[in-house]
Parts: sequence; structure tokens; C-alpha cells
Amino acid sequence: MAVRYSLRPIKSVIASAIILSAAGLTAMAVVSVVSAQETGAVFVNNDEARGSTPASQKGYDIAARSDRTDSGFGDSKVDFIMTLRNAAGQTTTREVTITTLEKPDESVGDMSLVVFNTPKDVKGTALLSHAKILEPDNQWLYLPALKREKRISSANKSGPFVGSEFAFEDFTTQELNKFTYKYIEEGEFDGMPVDIVERFPRYENSGYTKQIAYTDQEIFQVRKVEFYDRKEALLKTLTLEDYREYEGGIHRSHKFVMINHQTGKETDLDYSDYEFGLGLDQDDFVKGVLRRIR
Amino acid sequence: MSRRFVILTLTLSLALNPGKLLAGEWDNSAEVAVETRSFFSDSVFPGQSGKFQPSITLEADLRWASDNGKHELVFIPFAGIDGEDDNRSHADVREGYYRYLSDGDWSLLVGASKVFWGTTESRHLVDIINQTDGVEDVDEEDKLGQPMIMLSFLKDWGQLDFFVLPYFRDRTFPGREGRLRPPLPINDDRVFFTDDEKRDVIDYAIRYSNFFGDWDVGVSLFNGVSREPRLIAPFAPTPASELFQLYDRITQFGVDLQYTREAWLWKFEGIAREGQGDTFIAAVAGFEYTFYQIFEKSWDLGIISEYLYDDRDADLIVLPQGVTTSAPLTAFENDIFAGARLALNDTQDTSLLAGAIIDTDDRSSAVFMEAARRIGDSWTAELESRLFLNVDPANPFAAFDEDDFLTLRLTKYF
Repeated sequence: MAVRYSLRPIKSVIASAIILSAAGLTAMAVVSVVSAQETGAVFVNNDEARGSTPASQKGYDIAARSDRTDSGFGDSKVDFIMTLRNAAGQTTTREVTITTLEKPDESVGDMSLVVFNTPKDVKGTALLSHAKILEPDNQWLYLPALKREKRISSANKSGPFVGSEFAFEDFTTQELNKFTYKYIEEGEFDGMPVDIVERFPRYENSGYTKQIAYTDQEIFQVRKVEFYDRKEALLKTLTLEDYREYEGGIHRSHKFVMINHQTGKETDLDYSDYEFGLGLDQDDFVKGVLRRIR
Repeated sequence: MSRRFVILTLTLSLALNPGKLLAGEWDNSAEVAVETRSFFSDSVFPGQSGKFQPSITLEADLRWASDNGKHELVFIPFAGIDGEDDNRSHADVREGYYRYLSDGDWSLLVGASKVFWGTTESRHLVDIINQTDGVEDVDEEDKLGQPMIMLSFLKDWGQLDFFVLPYFRDRTFPGREGRLRPPLPINDDRVFFTDDEKRDVIDYAIRYSNFFGDWDVGVSLFNGVSREPRLIAPFAPTPASELFQLYDRITQFGVDLQYTREAWLWKFEGIAREGQGDTFIAAVAGFEYTFYQIFEKSWDLGIISEYLYDDRDADLIVLPQGVTTSAPLTAFENDIFAGARLALNDTQDTSLLAGAIIDTDDRSSAVFMEAARRIGDSWTAELESRLFLNVDPANPFAAFDEDDFLTLRLTKYF
């Protein structure tokens, strides 16, 4: 269950229900069941991520609603242009394609394949990720010039992703249950009423002590996130613009703007239209597919 | 490069895919590199060139995929022109193949391609499908295209690849004018095979690979002509004025492992090879540990250390039928590699890699340094240096003792 703005997927409702009915509730000691949404689908809350105080539970519920409204997309493919802007305003760009497979079970992370089309010297370089919730993700890097696939450490959560203002964890850790939450208050952003919720990484090696997410109350999409570094100072602000609705009520932002307040640098992501329903399955995200890229 | 093999590859590729070349999608690119290699000392062997060696290389990458993504044609020609060494002026089809990707979980590749197996950094023992292109550098990282039929299965229990390799390619070596060669030049036209082998012999290989949690595992078996030749001096004239290449039929079993945990990568490669003298084993084992965001910058520093072991015996063994057999010489019988990798993670992808392989018996050292950086959107600059330090006269690196060099390479991408 990726939190709304995830560059990676969101999840499927129906499969959660199937897993529940198949496994039976006895096997799910640490989770509670919430009957949710107009679809009548069943979701499983993670009680450890949801916490025990009213503020943490309300925060979790807001994040969960945001996440689950767009679940069930199955798979997607999208191109984006990443524009890196330094403090002097000079820009460089990268063109990237991301393919994502939504894993139906909220307790398992999604799978994604990131392929670089430019800069030309790294064309065909790819990153395959099998996300997990609290365990380190499995990641492989593919270097087309050497035909070499390399398992890489995913401990580098806070490092910059290809020289951008996005950290690795901004790309790969947007799963609902990777955080605990704390509801702050209602507020207003860009003329919209929003719920303001703090979230705290549960996984290791995060570069953040907390993030503050602003989620609108109409279509439940994350509109802004503020990132606080290990010294609890405001590090970055991400705004998510140009939400468009796809078939099945799936919403996607098509412009991400990440500003680093400490360096003055900025990274923008401009998305093309998403493709859904590609009919992908787990076999399309095994490490052997890397060799087919280039 | 055999012209016959190029034609075979192309006609096979086209024959398998008739009348489909108009639809689908083309994706073409190319790169041109200009390089100057400067040696720090004058050459010492007769016929070798001077201190300065300029060259140009060109590589195109033409690929076509059908609209449904099932059919793929790839053609990657390479050409190099060297100012000093005739052998370094050469052309190759790095890749030229047709590939069919099934809806299910298998694919079939027919043509010339490149395949990499393995995990370790200092030596690639398990990697055996492609012949080394030994004129580009001494690090054995450059490979010649290998004609193959490769059938691959991607299953939930792992990946299984079958290879039929219908044509053998000779290793390339620097010519008489080239630096970084043995004291006697290697004659390309005098290539011999044991067991009456010829180049159109058929070799076979199979590989299984998968991951299990934090473990990545590969197991491979190869039966065919060794990619590694023995370099032999002819009986006459005496003293010999050149070396011949002699290739043996071998069977090689390989295992490669990687254990990934936090910032640690633990790596192992091992082989057992039969067919060159006594059956021998060789292994590389070590680790890479990365310190992330050092000095509160975006810089990552990885430290790498590996131990290299090889128990081959290069002594001649006379078999009962009067034939002699032996293993090719290696420099890595009992060596330690130590190195460091620095990635600045800036928009130019600036990186530095430096290390040394040290022979624990005689203390001979091969030191290298590589630095790379992108310039603008479509250029890269690379600096490479190799130094052979404290080399024992009996070590195979002794021939390179006066060949310390620095290379500057500028590459333009189209």
C-alpha cells in the first residue's frame, strides 16, 4: 500500500480479502480487520503501525484511506522526466521509465523496475526492487555495458537517487505500514481543506526523523510532504501537483516538485500519462528480466 | 573477426524474422571515443612502439523491437583504429542477434551476444562464454561477441539458461608493436587446438541462477574450448622469435555466490577445471562494505577486499600417448586485492575506483586507478592508470614492468 504519491504502486483490495478468507483470521494475530470503502472490500490494518493512541490511530486511518482509495490498479507503467536544478538555476535532465506491480497483500511491498533512457551514457541502466515493509528491500542494479546484474545493498535509504533531491527511500519506501502516524490538525493547503498528519519511519537507516503529510479531504490525495532530517531540521518539501483521475477512480499526480531548503537545489518530476492493466505478473519482476532490457 | 560469422549471424537473424522490418520500433544510438595512452617508460622488447599510443573507437547500437515486444533484433558493430598497434586496429560484432520473448517465461536468442556471469570484482573466474578482447586493456573486461543459441527459462524456482556455442573465437593480443605484451610477440596466425579441435567446434554450457533471501546463487557448467590459451614457444627456430596460441578442450564447473546484508556484500566465485594438465580449482572470495554519505556529503565510499587463489600447475605433463598437457600461466595463484570505490552521487556521476592486486608470495603488485565523470549531457571523460610495482622477475607481470601507463578517454554519445 503505497502512500498516495508513491512513485511505485498502490494495492489491491480484492486480493487482501482472498488472502484473509483463505488463511483465516486465526493466522492474523497482530492485525485487525476493517471493512472499508464503498467497494465493500476488506483491508487489514497493521496494529503496530496504527499504534494505540487516538492521534496515532486517526493519523494511520487518514493515511490508509488515502492509500486504499487508489488500490487495486494491478500494474502500471509511466515515463517521467527528472529535472535537476542547482542553486544557480542550472538544469540537467534524466528520462526514466518505471514499471510497477502492485502486490495485493498490504504486508508485502510492491515490485518495481526503473529504467534510465537518458543520460545517454547510462542508457539501459536499471534498478529492480522488491520492496518489503520493515526488512531491507531486495534490489538489483543492471549495467548494460557489462551485461552485469549486481545485487546491491538497500541500506542506503537516505542517499540521493541519481544525484537528485529525492532520496532512495523517497522512491522505495512509500508503503502504508512502513510508518507510524500522529494526527495533528485540519488545515488548508492551496485553497483545499487538508488533514495534517506526522509520520515516523519504522524501518532502519532512514535519513528522516519525521515527515508531515498534507492530505486533501475530497479525493484523499497527498498534496504536500515536509521532510525533517536527523537533527529534526526542515530538510525538504515535496509538492504533488496536477492530479488526474484514471479508470477505476485511480488518481495520480503528474508533477512532483522537491525543494531542498538546506542546499537551495530542486528536483522536478514531470510525468507522462500512466498505462494500467498491462497484464504483468511476478515473473516480469524477477532478476532475470534485467538482461532483456539491453 | 570472421566475416563468415558476421554474415551467418545477420542472415540467420533476418531469415528468422522475414517481412517484419517495417513495423515495430527502432532505437539507435552510437558512441565515439578518442583515447590517448601514455606510457611512463620507453619500451624494452624489440619492435614495440614508443611512449604515446592514440586511438579511436566507434560503437553503434541498432535495435528493433516488434510492436508486441516479442521479436527483437540487435546489431552492435565495433571498430577501433590505433596509431601504433596494428592488432588494436580491428572490428568486431559485439552483438548481432535475434531474440524471441515468449508470452510465458522463456526466450530464445540466436546470434552473437555477450553474457556475464559472476560476482567478484578483482577476477572473473566463472565468466566463460565470451572470449576476451585482449587488445583493449589487460584487465580482461572487454569481450568479443560470441555466436550462440541461448534458450532461457525464467521460473519461480529460478533462471535456467542453455547455451549452444557453434563457433570458437581466438583471443586477441597486442601485436608486435604493442605494449603490454610478453617479451616475444604472439603470432595470430599460428593458433592450435588439442584434440583436433577447430574453430567450428560446438561448445555447450548451462547455468542456473536464483536468489534466496539475502543470497544470490549461480551454478554453471561449460564444456568446450578453453577461452584461455596456453602461449607456447615453437621448437624451431631456437631461440624462438614468437609465441603460438594453443587451446585445450576443457570442462569447467563454476559457482558464484553473494550474501547481501546491510552495507555488506560478501562474494565468492569458484571453479574446477578439467582438461589443462591436472584438474585444478581456483577461487576468489571477499567483501565490499560501503560507508554512505561520508563527511556529511552525498559521497559513498566502498572498500573492497578479495583473496585470489589458483592451484593450477603450469608444468608440462606428458600423457601416456606422448602428448603433453599443461595449464595456462596465471598471475593470481595466491594474491590479495584491496581497493576503494568513491561515488560522489553528483549530477555528473563522478566516480573513482582504485586498487591493487598483490602477490602474497613475491610481493609483486599491479595497481590501478579509474576515474570517470560526465560532461554536459552527452560526453564522458575517463582517466585510467596501471602501475606494475615491485614486480618479481619470475612473476607473469614482469613482462609489463616498464609498461606503467595513463589513459585519457573522451567519449561522445549520440
